[in-house]
Amino acid sequence: MSWFSNFLTSSIGQKVVMSLTGIFLILFLVVHLAGNLQLLYDDGGKKFNIYAEFMTSNPLIKTVSYLLYAFILLHAIQGWVLWRKNRKARGPQRYAVKTTKSVGTNSFAASNMGWLGTIIFVFIVIHLYQFWLQMKLGNLPMANYDGKEVKDLYAIVSVAYDNLAFVIFYVVSMVVIAFHLLHGFQSAFQTLGINHNKYTPLIKGIGKAYSVLIPLGFAIIPVYMYFFH
Amino acid sequence: MNLTLKIWRQKSPKDKGRFETYKVEASPHMSFLEMLDVLNEELISKKEDPVTFEHDCREGICGTCSLVINGQPHGPNKGTATCQLHMRHYKDGDIIVIEPYRAAAFPVLKDLAVDRSAFDRIIQAGGYISVNTGAPQDGNAIPIEKDQAAKAFDAAACIGCGACVAACPNASAMLFVSAKVAHLAMLPQGKVEAKRRAQAMVRQMDAEGFGMCSNVTACEVECPKEISVKNIARLNREYLSSSISSETKV
Repeated sequence: MSWFSNFLTSSIGQKVVMSLTGIFLILFLVVHLAGNLQLLYDDGGKKFNIYAEFMTSNPLIKTVSYLLYAFILLHAIQGWVLWRKNRKARGPQRYAVKTTKSVGTNSFAASNMGWLGTIIFVFIVIHLYQFWLQMKLGNLPMANYDGKEVKDLYAIVSVAYDNLAFVIFYVVSMVVIAFHLLHGFQSAFQTLGINHNKYTPLIKGIGKAYSVLIPLGFAIIPVYMYFFH
Repeated sequence: MNLTLKIWRQKSPKDKGRFETYKVEASPHMSFLEMLDVLNEELISKKEDPVTFEHDCREGICGTCSLVINGQPHGPNKGTATCQLHMRHYKDGDIIVIEPYRAAAFPVLKDLAVDRSAFDRIIQAGGYISVNTGAPQDGNAIPIEKDQAAKAFDAAACIGCGACVAACPNASAMLFVSAKVAHLAMLPQGKVEAKRRAQAMVRQMDAEGFGMCSNVTACEVECPKEISVKNIARLNREYLSSSISSETKV
């Protein structure tokens, strides 16, 4: 094996894969939220639909989106492999009594990243089926803005967010993502070897703010649309 | 004080093992290990098999004692080994559950004793410096910056007891390996072989079947020498940079 494949299959290398794909997904969530917040405009979905059209037709963004699909899969598969290996490393006999404490991170989130990730993966599959696949392949109604025909993604979003069960599912999923990020954000930097007296408190602070604000921003959208649109 | 002990008993590595309950009368002045000695005296006098547990120096420097006591490696106190735990931290009528370290890489030999030779093999892989033997050098022949020396010393405090593995939900040995790698990488004598060491020790750690680090930090909480997870970040750095910069192609 070459040094690179040796590195990628080593324990630290596999964690670096989790860290780098995780940081990419963290950045993606910011862009995704910025776009989605346009759903809150009271314009019958005009801004959002034009934005969705742009995101699915711009060649550069399309390229990045393929990278995104690959990284989501890589993060999920690598995470699942690590989860299995780690369970095996604990051995066949479990502790009868065990307390797990943490310093500088949330011990519940830190020791349940696999479960949290699994829930998020299920959420992503449903989420992609409901919106992304419909945008790509579905028979969407068309909207006409100043002579330009675009797919009316807003229409299916607002139908979905009229359903209370889906709004609850969405909000609960955001809480799960918040916990995943609460540990994952700062953990990604530690894995890359970044732990410094000056910068780590800053990274942890930004990580906490990010893990609360971003999922909160996402959760506000269905709740707002359910009650006000 | 009267205590109820639930102790893991296992005749051999192949035996399934089970918890046995014992009553023991201890004094608050006893150490935890002395309390177990009292129990074993009683078992021997009754012609029963005494409980096997590991111990040596009984002053917190050798790293031989282990035990997971009520879910915590080395018991409830911070920065101490099991041998430094005293019965005054318990009260009359307490129930204490005592288990061996649980990790695939630390198989149980008998009762509470586990095989920690995986750590020895990790050290053999690279946890040393190569020097010519002979008369010792003058202590201050190589000047080392104070902060650097202090950090190296903090990492060198690791006694290799394996509590980090026992505490980790993934049974990862990263705190142990990182303490050894960081300790040597921060000193001029250790820098010479730093790249090769980081590679070799991580390779051996993986081969022994320890888990990966999820940065849970439970290891730092339970470490009797309070080794910081900052060392794990340093090991990650050392490993990453040596993978990239080392001229060895494999």
